[in-house]
Amino acid sequence: MPTFFETKQLVTPGDLIAEGSYIAGENTYVENDKIYASRIGIVEYDNKKIDVVALKAFYMPRVEDIVIGTVVDVGFNGWTVDINAPYQAILRASDVLSRSFKPQKDELSQVLNIGDLIVAKITAYDRSHDPQITVAEPGLGKITRGQIIKITPTKIPRVIGRKGSMISMIKQETGCQIILGLNGIILITGKTLEDEELAMMAIRKIDEESHISGLTDRITQMLKDNKAKKEENKE
Amino acid sequence: MSQKSEKLIDKKGIRLDGRKHDELRSIKVDIGVLSNADGSAYIEQGKNKILAAVFGPREMHPKHLALSERMVLRCRYHMAPFSVQERKSPAPSRREVELSKVIREALEPSIFMEYYPRTGIDVFIEVLQADGSTRCASITAAALALADAGIPMRDLVSACSAGKVDGTIVLDLMDTEDKMGEADVPVALMPNSNVITLLQMDGNLTQEEFEKAISLAVEGCKKVYAIQKEVLKAKYVSVKEAEE
Amino acid sequence: MSSLVTRVKQKQIAQLIAKGKRLDDRGPTDYREIKVEQGTIERAEGSARVLLGKTEVMAGTKIEVGEPFSDTPNEGVLTVNAELVPLASPTFEPGPPDENSIELARIVDRGIRESKAIDLEKLCIEPGKKVFVIFVDVYVLNHDGNLIDASALAAMAALLNTKMPNYEVEDGEVKIKSDYTPLPIRKHPITVTFAKINDNLIVDPWLEEEQVMDARLSMAIDDDGNICAIQKGCSGFIAPNQILEAAKIADEKAKELRKKLEW
Repeated sequence: MPTFFETKQLVTPGDLIAEGSYIAGENTYVENDKIYASRIGIVEYDNKKIDVVALKAFYMPRVEDIVIGTVVDVGFNGWTVDINAPYQAILRASDVLSRSFKPQKDELSQVLNIGDLIVAKITAYDRSHDPQITVAEPGLGKITRGQIIKITPTKIPRVIGRKGSMISMIKQETGCQIILGLNGIILITGKTLEDEELAMMAIRKIDEESHISGLTDRITQMLKDNKAKKEENKE
Repeated sequence: MSQKSEKLIDKKGIRLDGRKHDELRSIKVDIGVLSNADGSAYIEQGKNKILAAVFGPREMHPKHLALSERMVLRCRYHMAPFSVQERKSPAPSRREVELSKVIREALEPSIFMEYYPRTGIDVFIEVLQADGSTRCASITAAALALADAGIPMRDLVSACSAGKVDGTIVLDLMDTEDKMGEADVPVALMPNSNVITLLQMDGNLTQEEFEKAISLAVEGCKKVYAIQKEVLKAKYVSVKEAEE
Repeated sequence: MSSLVTRVKQKQIAQLIAKGKRLDDRGPTDYREIKVEQGTIERAEGSARVLLGKTEVMAGTKIEVGEPFSDTPNEGVLTVNAELVPLASPTFEPGPPDENSIELARIVDRGIRESKAIDLEKLCIEPGKKVFVIFVDVYVLNHDGNLIDASALAAMAALLNTKMPNYEVEDGEVKIKSDYTPLPIRKHPITVTFAKINDNLIVDPWLEEEQVMDARLSMAIDDDGNICAIQKGCSGFIAPNQILEAAKIADEKAKELRKKLEW
């Protein structure tokens, strides 16, 4: 049962990774007992399962995911929200209003209007329907302040870091509140504009350089240098 | 038939641009060149300069064109007015309409169309400078743009033309050879499965000559594939990712 | 009835073809019944009507005096247009030519042009200034599959039926006389179209076979058996060996179909 690529090797669409009784994981497909890559990525073996960790992929909705989106349309009984995915999400009016409502468009746009940013959770999604989202949980709802940054969705785990180490470090060093949308959109709320900019810089660096080794050290260094600069400016 | 004033291939078998009959022109490709597109690639092949951009998968506009079970692929091949010797009107010509169609039909077999129903992918190709076999270079670039956009594909698509010039079957026609030669056979291949997704021909070939041309074009496509892979790998340098 | 082919029918067609049979009892390399009529439209300089099974295509030619292209000052001009008229199929909509009708016209054009069927130099009146322009208009009247072969045949039949007006040049002006000569045609290209269904190739697909095919391959062959034009269509793929196999079958079929033309 041969394999043609080793762990951590880069594969491109159409590359034959393995032949025989393997299980096809993420970003692979099977044809005649052969497993091929369907996206550019790094091969990972987990026992018999072969995954390709995609280096470039767009976000696909998953139930329970926290996402950040923009309201793009106000309808009769809800809103259409752009969640940076191939499908737009639906937020029902009944989810937001605590009482039954009369379908008057004006009323809804006073609650959430086109251009508003929200943090939401995906409650339903399948092949034949657009994803449904909710804001009726603590921590979700309209965003009133802070800065938004968009990164490749596949890099979000890197921003989190192992056991949350990376994100904790950034929060600590910048004093910012950071909400990570699994759809690649991140909300940063800090005490000052500079703090927010610093956090954004760190996150952008992760997005651009995650495939070059030594990232954690570089980020730590960058944040330290900045802190040192701040101390200098204070004097 | 207008007389050719010069030979396209000399006694030693060398073509006007110094190539041998089975030599590909030099190819240079860059990926991810457009910040607004979901995926993009820029190719230079001979004097061809072509930009390909991919948007999607995204909701179809107009919505009624969406399909309930699969994606819709749209492709627009367009030549800039300054891309050719005599200024070309920016309005889509019949040739551009046909090429848009055959290019779409060349790329579609490589994409898993059923993965994202009700969405659409738009492929835009702009020929900034044309030097023969533009549809092949366009397909080569568009396939990379699709991969760059993170669209799941069965295989890349690699394209190359073959033709007949002064009685000799040659690879990768440049503009003069296309205009003054005896046949032009553009081909696109999915290299891992060795199947053809684009095939056209105009000119005059015997059955044997056609067989030679197809073989040569397929070999050319494989050489183009090697270059596409190299470019993809160089962009995403596979150094071991730092452990967190 | 919807023009969709049901899954059951798709399966049926595919299964039959795998066994070398087709719904209308044809073999994989059999054409439907072909009828060619010439000269049906008197107002046109040339005309023809082709019935390929139930597919019906008309072609008409018109000749005008015009300017040559700058890169071929000694040659007349040939231009082919195709109309997928709405009455021909529930899927044809009125409006400007879409990609299908443009592709159809260009495939028909390619077969005629690349085979050098018409001696365009004989259409030159005054080099660089005045030439005859031949308009070939293909009109699809009923779509029951394989519009390409029917249109190519109709176009050729119309051209064979076309009369070029005699003229004399007086004081730099072209005076058209009342007598004619037939258009100088030296080759008779024939286009043969295949459909690939699963892994099988069949010739002359009819409508329902076209709706389930994954690839289409058209080849134009001239009187000497040389290939002048090829077009692969549809979003599928074909293996190189299948293409070469098709080329050999096309050669045979072209000879058969050419017998339907009169000249």
